[in-house]
Amino acid sequence: MLRTTLLLLCLPLAGAGATEEPTQESGSLGEPPPGLALFRWQWHEVEAPYLVALWILVASLAKIVFHLSRKVTSLVPESCLLILLGLVLGGIVLAVAKKAEYQLEPGTFFLFLLPPIVLDSGYFMPSRLFFDNLGAILTYAVVGTLWNAFTTGVALWGLQQAGLVASRVQAGLLDFLLFGSLISAVDPVAVLAVFEEVHVNETLFIIVFGESLLNDAVTVVLYKVCNSFVEMGSANVQATDYMKGVASLFVVSLGGAAVGLVFAFLLALTTRFTKRVRIIEPLLVFLLAYAAYLTAEMASLSAILAVTMCGLGCKKYVEANISHKSRTAVKYTMKTLASCAETVIFMLLGISAVDSSKWAWDSGLVLGTLFFILFFRALGVVLQTWVLNQFRLVPLDKIDQVVMSYGGLRGAVAFALVILLDRTKVPAKDYFVATTIVVVFFTVIVQGLTIKPLVKWLKVKRSEHHKPTLNQELHEHTFDHILAAVEDVVGHHGYHYWRDRWEQFDKKYLSQLLMRRSAYRIRDQIWDVYYRLNIRDAISFVDQGGHVLSSTGLTLPSMPSRNSMAETSVTNLLRESGSGACLDLQVIDTVRSGRDREDAVMHHLLCGGLYKPRRRYKASCGRHFISEDAQERQDKEVFQQNMKRRLESFKSTKHNICFTKNKPRTRKAGHKKKDGMANAEATLEKPRDLGFQDTAAVILTVESEEEEESDSSETEKEDDEGIIFVARATSEVLQEGKISGSFEVCPSPRIIPPSPTCAEKELPWKSGQGDLAVYVSSETTKIVPVDMQTGWNQSISSLESLASPPCTQAPTLTCLPPHPLGIEEPQVPLDLSADPRSSFAFPPSLAKAGRSRSESSADLPQQQELQPLMGHKDHTHLSPGTANSHWCIQFNRGGRL
Amino acid sequence: MGPRSSHIALIPDVDQIRNETGFSEASLLRLYGRFQTLDRNKKGFLSRTDLQQIGALAVNPLGDRIIDSFFLDGSQQVDFAGFARVLAHFRPVDEEEAATRDPKDPEPLNSRMNKLRFAFQLYDLDRDGKISRNEMLQVLRLMVGVQVTDEQLESITDRTVQEADEDGDGAVSFLEFTKSLEKMNIEQKMSIRILK
Repeated sequence: MLRTTLLLLCLPLAGAGATEEPTQESGSLGEPPPGLALFRWQWHEVEAPYLVALWILVASLAKIVFHLSRKVTSLVPESCLLILLGLVLGGIVLAVAKKAEYQLEPGTFFLFLLPPIVLDSGYFMPSRLFFDNLGAILTYAVVGTLWNAFTTGVALWGLQQAGLVASRVQAGLLDFLLFGSLISAVDPVAVLAVFEEVHVNETLFIIVFGESLLNDAVTVVLYKVCNSFVEMGSANVQATDYMKGVASLFVVSLGGAAVGLVFAFLLALTTRFTKRVRIIEPLLVFLLAYAAYLTAEMASLSAILAVTMCGLGCKKYVEANISHKSRTAVKYTMKTLASCAETVIFMLLGISAVDSSKWAWDSGLVLGTLFFILFFRALGVVLQTWVLNQFRLVPLDKIDQVVMSYGGLRGAVAFALVILLDRTKVPAKDYFVATTIVVVFFTVIVQGLTIKPLVKWLKVKRSEHHKPTLNQELHEHTFDHILAAVEDVVGHHGYHYWRDRWEQFDKKYLSQLLMRRSAYRIRDQIWDVYYRLNIRDAISFVDQGGHVLSSTGLTLPSMPSRNSMAETSVTNLLRESGSGACLDLQVIDTVRSGRDREDAVMHHLLCGGLYKPRRRYKASCGRHFISEDAQERQDKEVFQQNMKRRLESFKSTKHNICFTKNKPRTRKAGHKKKDGMANAEATLEKPRDLGFQDTAAVILTVESEEEEESDSSETEKEDDEGIIFVARATSEVLQEGKISGSFEVCPSPRIIPPSPTCAEKELPWKSGQGDLAVYVSSETTKIVPVDMQTGWNQSISSLESLASPPCTQAPTLTCLPPHPLGIEEPQVPLDLSADPRSSFAFPPSLAKAGRSRSESSADLPQQQELQPLMGHKDHTHLSPGTANSHWCIQFNRGGRL
Repeated sequence: MGPRSSHIALIPDVDQIRNETGFSEASLLRLYGRFQTLDRNKKGFLSRTDLQQIGALAVNPLGDRIIDSFFLDGSQQVDFAGFARVLAHFRPVDEEEAATRDPKDPEPLNSRMNKLRFAFQLYDLDRDGKISRNEMLQVLRLMVGVQVTDEQLESITDRTVQEADEDGDGAVSFLEFTKSLEKMNIEQKMSIRILK
């Protein structure tokens, strides 16, 4: 064993040793090893996982190839292509190996391939739609499947009695019923694969798809009951067995659903407590859902139903509890797994069909089955729909019925079940296998190919997507309540009544129990729509090249909320840090509540999408926590680019201001900023205008100091230019003792041209009008204009006061020769214009007591200008070691997510 | 079922009510039975308290407003005709009936417009034909969970009003209201199946 390990370790060393491989292999068998082998071929140790990976890889590559041609995929569903590919591959394997090697094993299928698909469909099932149509779905799933199974089985038996099936097929009525039960169920995998590309209207889709998911219980029961009857022999079946069969239908379906709900509850409850271990949130979702599947399978309950219910039940709470990143992770992992499994299933179906040793052909049986399943499906749908329409508000019309009948695709479930049959008990198994393969291929390929043209030709109502609006969301809620109330008045306890009851119960107990406090609000649907609209606006706004933050009394709907949130944030932070002053503006930005956190995440997402990172990853990485540094660095870089660009344009157009290069470093949440604050406090009361009086442009360069804990951040400094913070003070401003910084952030430096764009000219804060189009970014929701102003003033003033610092850590300030500066250049980083209201003259106590600061911020009127950029900076830090003649303020993106 | 009448002819003014509301006989009978159950003192009309005793209405955020909509003309009582008239808004739209309708007839109570008007008057408390910002705020307060702060609610209100407000008067008129719901299947969403 040890030897093997050693040899394995040697493996990477031996690139050229490949030629030795056969001798090594033979040598290692019986004889003592000839020494340390340089290379060893260990195929059998990795064979199984390697093959699995290889199959998935082949399937994925095939998928890529199919999608190279848009024309092909628009005409032919992917599932058809995959089955055909499987046929070809199976043929190749057969030709090479002379026997069919690989095929769809029922064990693999039920334990590994099916769960991800079902979980995906359950989790992302539109629950409202599903429950709105639950009656129809259940009818089709239960009655429809029973009907299909019995009629098909009996009809085939009749066919045999009529002598149309060859006598080789030794099967009695029970065998045919067994076959009917496994062939009758509409397959969720096949339906999903085909219908996802067809885009019929959502009601139709949910009915067909919901049926295919829920009929699993019926299929399982029928299959098991028939199978045990066949194994017992028809003579031994007694009346009680039939009763048991009926009873087991309820046990299996309700039991499966119950298992799913229990696990959904557990899952929701668990995610409530993952606040500090966000990284395992996605894993929990998969683990518990899979556990639900396995538990149901173990208890011979309907596993598909269990996972469906688990996904359906937990989604609301899980989505509220887990972080935004985890949500994305869950979504993509789930989709990836499901797509993988689906691909492999179809490909293996194709491959399995090649194995001719397993099947025997009988034309009568095959054709008869094909005809019967189509015929009885159609008949069943028409009959059930007629009954259902008596009770439906919106009747299903004829076209819907055609699509529903035609959409009854059979798939891998039927195939896996037929493979599971015992040949000794079911002598006709080979015939059944052949028939099932033909039926599956026919439904997936022929019906799959033709359903799209059919839907087009019949002009089936397509699904239409329109953007959600707040009004619609609100009115929809109103309508729900109105209907519930009217049902109360009429005294009829119908669907709306029970839905209303459920929602009340959910609100009162379930959500309280299963959702985090902080998450509770987010899940309000109206708020959710509002939030998403804001995000969308922000994105589109940024895409148009606008600034993320705006000013000038915009009628931003989120303004008031921003205020309140950030105020609480500030107070919280100050309370926590116990520090008197907050020099840096990131503090204001610091988020505390879950909502704020989410905003910040979204903001960072936006930031990340707006520029191309050119950095490498850092060497260090945490296993248990996602490192925030990458994001932090990215954000910093965005900022630096902005600033650099600004500075360059400023430089080139205006003045010969020296441009310092220095080495900024990231830092983590540290305490060193307090030094700066202390300085600020100490010097706050000094005259403010010292040194600035005759300064036209000042470059403040504060070289940042590495903190002890940021050991790993050295790697990134080389291509950084320092963040140059240009403060330009016009004498006019300073004489008035007033300052108002207008920092304009361009989210992406590439977007903003050096000269003012049209958009810029029309931007609200340019035109100074408040009623312009409202763009609300996620960022705006976490930054308070008022606090920003204060914070900005504070930092400015503290910097100023640092000009004559008493402490050794303070860098020196060099005043550049005075330059008269104009402010017509829009990209000038700091636009100091006179603002009569905002000034440096905030009370000194502000810097000491954070509470008073936030209070005072509330007193301030809405400021005309914001300082957007500063919001991202986490720490401003003063370096001791510079004999540099500049101050450079090092800005960091907050890593406080 | 106590005083439930088993014959359609026992309902006062039955023909006129049928014409006006379009209810089927069975529905009218059912409603009349319900009306009589709610009318505890056999007054022949319903008062506010009769409706308020319905348990589930009390927890319905719009319960009071729905009750108010039965007493729109300011009176404190509603007879069966009025009761049926309000509920007729929720009768499902019958396409055949809609196709054969004489265009000169007044729109049936269950038309899309009337359904919308019913919803609109639940918002428009002061009945000035406009949902003001304040009225919108009140509805949102009822709809949105308590966890949303007042400021946030105000922002949502502003945005909601802005979204629908086309003429810029800061309020939502009925026309703007219908426009904001253009894409929604009102006929389906504001109907109750049993009220045929």
